[in-house]
Amino acid sequence: MTLPTETLTPGPLRTESGGPARRPRRRGQRGRPLTYILLLLAVAATILPFAWMLLGSFKTQGELLRRPATWWPQEGTLANYTSWFTELHIEKFFANSLIVAVVTVLGNLLFCSMIGYALAKMDFPGKRFLFLLVMVTLMVPGVVTFVPLFVMVSKLGLVSTYPALFLPFLASPVGVFLMRQFMLGIPDSIIEAARIDGASEVRTFTRVVMPLCGPPLATLGILTFLGSWNNFLWPLVAAQSEDMYTLPVALSLFSTGQNATNYGLLLAGSVLVITPIVALFVALQRFFIQSVAATGIK
Amino acid sequence: MSTTSSRTPLPPASRSPRGAAGPSSRRRRQALIAWMFAVPFVAIFAVFMLVPLVSSFAMSFTDFTSRDVQNPAAVGFVGIKQYATLFANAQFVHSMLNTAYFVLVGIPLTMAVSLALAVALNSGIKRFRTAFRVGFYTPVVTSIVAVAVVWRFILQPDGLLNTILGAVGIHGPDWLNSTTWAMPAMILMAVWRNMGTLMIIFLAGLQNVSAEMLEAAEVDGANAWQRFTRITLPTLRPTLLLGAVLLSVGYLQFFEEPFVMTKGGPLDSTLSISYFTYNQFGFGKYGLASAASYVLFVAIALLSLVQFRALRSKD
Repeated sequence: MTLPTETLTPGPLRTESGGPARRPRRRGQRGRPLTYILLLLAVAATILPFAWMLLGSFKTQGELLRRPATWWPQEGTLANYTSWFTELHIEKFFANSLIVAVVTVLGNLLFCSMIGYALAKMDFPGKRFLFLLVMVTLMVPGVVTFVPLFVMVSKLGLVSTYPALFLPFLASPVGVFLMRQFMLGIPDSIIEAARIDGASEVRTFTRVVMPLCGPPLATLGILTFLGSWNNFLWPLVAAQSEDMYTLPVALSLFSTGQNATNYGLLLAGSVLVITPIVALFVALQRFFIQSVAATGIK
Repeated sequence: MSTTSSRTPLPPASRSPRGAAGPSSRRRRQALIAWMFAVPFVAIFAVFMLVPLVSSFAMSFTDFTSRDVQNPAAVGFVGIKQYATLFANAQFVHSMLNTAYFVLVGIPLTMAVSLALAVALNSGIKRFRTAFRVGFYTPVVTSIVAVAVVWRFILQPDGLLNTILGAVGIHGPDWLNSTTWAMPAMILMAVWRNMGTLMIIFLAGLQNVSAEMLEAAEVDGANAWQRFTRITLPTLRPTLLLGAVLLSVGYLQFFEEPFVMTKGGPLDSTLSISYFTYNQFGFGKYGLASAASYVLFVAIALLSLVQFRALRSKD
């Protein structure tokens, strides 16, 4: 996975748009049209695959095979989309993806903030070691735990169940880092005041600390949802019966099976898989981008 | 930590509202509460991360295969035999070279592209900044499987990329079926998929570059390139380090692109260490797969360490 460091805490982004450290407008006046042209070309090249995917999904098989390739659909069709719903029942895979992602997000929000609170605001033996241990696992490649994890899940008889899909992802080290760093910034005086007023630790946590943790919870929620929605390798192995497939698994297996050459169907499937997440991204893009800048992870 | 716990309590230091309990029992109580907060995470983390991590390490010194899952007693300890087998395996050595190729070309390229985009977005343009950022970041949020479908089209011999290359007079290769060009195609995809993340990180880092210093340098006659290399880059050092470490941890695990695009081919030319490991797992050679995964782990740890050393040393 990825490794956050403390170089970038949520601060710096704020100055990015309209902060005090603005450069004088004079500079770059000459180069500006050129900058725009280059950026425009670069962004066009970046989103070209998506444009092609979208346009291709409305083409017939014959048109997709035609050379020279057409750009705009000549004989537009919705058949590629309708067969995803009527024959392949994509709504089933969509529901699986959504269930797994929601449970993973909720679990991480709860467990990571609880341990984050203990690590940031309490003293206990083993604290430093525990934090270090969790951080070191950020460097562990996925393939290291892959085999024993699969052996374990199959011995527990969990293959092709929802728990197999979400359990291994409920406790993310990144989440611990994120919550702890933010909670370290909460003044001790606020927590002391609650304790002096006779609030229990649980009450202090739920009524005083958590309401202050909106930003890191949003970040963690977004990152976890994204990771779960796009997760591919583990669900491919852990979901072995078709009714447990998540969207990426379903798309991948259909694209290597008997539909391998049904290009229109595959392009429509791709559009259906990425549309929810791209829509979410565009709607929440400010938070997405702050998440990345805050933690250095995607 | 608890060496002072046997001393007599010092009443004024007591912050507990219940005052009566001494510091040592209060400390013990707080430790208990703290562990109660930590336990749900620790339990899941232990079962699904630590146990697999340790068993994978143990497995790498055994001849564990898929047949032993039901009967672990039959597993034999073989010492470092799996590691010896691994380094004598031509396919594994090939996969290490492929991974090195991907990392050594992919990381500098991704960093250069992302830095160029970040600097361009930070150069004082006002309009469409958000639109540009969204555009460059979109590949990051999309599923590799969905993206692979369209990239396979783009990389066909008569696909979009070769059509564009043809327009400028270059006869493009059959990207995915060429042992020479399959890896560059994987790198191209990886740059496209990862530049958005690095761009955002670099953009945040660029906010720390002092506008006064840049202006002073300009007054002193430094040109744009000199200002960039003498002021912007040194300020960006910690951010570049972060980017390099993030990318190397990710790129060393290079797997998804070849898995969905080439299946490691043609002729193993895009087979990575992760992919080799995954294949051994598929063959049921769990011991060998575990050994390969630990080689990768060590490589990741070493490369991160080297980068921290190299980029920290000048501070």
